[in-house]
Amino acid sequence: MSQATYRLQGLKKEYNGRSVLQVEALDIYAGEIFGLVGPSGAGKSTLLRLLNFLEPPTEGSITYKDAKFNAEKPVPLELRRQVTTVFQRPLLLNRTVKANVSYGLQLRGQNHLEGRTKAALEQVGLADLADQQARTLSGGEAQRVALARAMVLEPDVLLLDEPTANLDPFNVGLIEEIVRQLHASQGTTIVLVTHNVFQARRLAQRVALLLDSRVIEIAPVAEFFESPRDERTAAFVNGEMVY
Amino acid sequence: MTSALREIVLLSLEVSGTALFFATLIGIPLGVVMGLRRFVGRKLVVALLYTGMGFPPVVIGLFVYLLLSRSGPLGQITLPLVPDLFTPGAMVMAQSIISFPLVAGFTMAAVMAVDPQLRQQVQSLGATTGQTALMVLSEARVGVLVSVIAGFGSIISEVGAVMMVGGNIEHNTRVLTTAIVLETRKGNFDLAVALGFVLLGLSFLANVAMLRLQGRSLDQ
Repeated sequence: MSQATYRLQGLKKEYNGRSVLQVEALDIYAGEIFGLVGPSGAGKSTLLRLLNFLEPPTEGSITYKDAKFNAEKPVPLELRRQVTTVFQRPLLLNRTVKANVSYGLQLRGQNHLEGRTKAALEQVGLADLADQQARTLSGGEAQRVALARAMVLEPDVLLLDEPTANLDPFNVGLIEEIVRQLHASQGTTIVLVTHNVFQARRLAQRVALLLDSRVIEIAPVAEFFESPRDERTAAFVNGEMVY
Repeated sequence: MTSALREIVLLSLEVSGTALFFATLIGIPLGVVMGLRRFVGRKLVVALLYTGMGFPPVVIGLFVYLLLSRSGPLGQITLPLVPDLFTPGAMVMAQSIISFPLVAGFTMAAVMAVDPQLRQQVQSLGATTGQTALMVLSEARVGVLVSVIAGFGSIISEVGAVMMVGGNIEHNTRVLTTAIVLETRKGNFDLAVALGFVLLGLSFLANVAMLRLQGRSLDQ
C-alpha cells in the first residue's frame, strides 16, 4: 500500500465563489479501501466528483497515476473511464436490468457484452432478473444492479457515494459483502463516502474525517476509531455533535 | 371523384410529412440543446419558442408569402432550397415553420424532465458529452415522440397558411383543408363532409397515438 493512485495537492472547489472543499494534501493508495466520513454538507460528494473527474477543481491539482491534472488540464477520456461512481440513489436507465449493466461497456464500444453482463449480475445475485425492467426493482435490488453496472467495467477505482444510505440492514449487509469480495478478488481501489461511521469501520482500511469542507484527520481505521488525534474526530466517532 | 380525393389526401400527407421531417430535423436537436445547456439568452430563446408554439398559422403564412413573393427578399432567388410561391414547396416551408417550435418546445420539456443526476451518473460510467445527450434523448423518448405527433397534428389540420402560400390550385396545391373550404363555398357539401371525415380521421389517429404514448412508456 505504498503507491498513491491519487495525490491531491492544494485542492479547492468553489461554486459561485463559495468554497465547498479545501484539501491541502491527501493521498489515496492503490488497492486500499479508503473511508471518507463526515456530516452532510462537509464536501464528501464534491470530493468524489473531483476524484471521478466529473468536474475540474477551482484550484490545486489531482495527480492520478503519475499524471497531474488541474483546472487548465482536463483528464483524458480513457483515464476518466478507469474510474466510476455508485451514487446514493441507483439512477438506473429506463431499460431492462441487463441493458443497464451492459451500458458502460457499450459506451466503450466493447464486445462480448452478454457473458460479462451475466457474470456481473451473478456477482450481485440477480442473474434471474436480467430481463426485467429496471424500474420494477426494489430499492435494494436496484442498488445491486447499480453496483453490477459499475463492477462490469472492472474499474481501477470504484467510488461509492453513500451506497447504502437508503437501504435496510439486510441489503446493507449484501452490498458490503459484494464490495469486500470485489476488493479481495480484483484489488480495486475503493473510496467509500458514508455518514455511517460503523460502515467505515467495517469496510475501510484508512479513514478520513471531513468537516466544514476541510480534512480534519486521516488515520488507519483502528487508530481513527480508538485513539483519534483530533477531539472533533473523537466526538464524531462517538456520535456526538461536531458542528 | 375518388381519384381526386386520393390525390388531395396524398398531397396533404406529402406536404405535412415533409414539413414534419424538417421540423423534426431542426426541432429535436434544438430542444435537446435548450433542455441540457445553460447559456446567455436562453430565456429569450425559450420565450420565442413558446411564442412560436402558439403563433397563428395565418401570420406565418403571411410571413412566408411576403418572403417568397416576387418583390420579397427570396422572390428573385432560384436555388433548389428556395421554393416558389403557390407550390407545394412553399406550403412545406410554411408548415415547417409552424411545427418546429412545437417539436422543439415539447422535446425541451421532455429532456428537462430527465433527472439531471442521471447525466452525472452516465458520465461517471464513461459517457462523452454526445453519449450523454443520446442517453437523455433515449430516456425522454416517449416525450420526444409526443412532440413529433403534436407537430404533425398542428399542420395537417392547418388551413390559413397553406391557403395563402399554396393558393389551393387543383392538382397542384390543393390539400384537405383548402379543399374543404372550397367545396363548402361551392355548395358541394357531401364532398366537403367526406374530406372532413378523412381529415378528422387523420387528426384522430395522431391524437390517439399521442395519448397512448403519454399515458405509458413504449415498452409497457
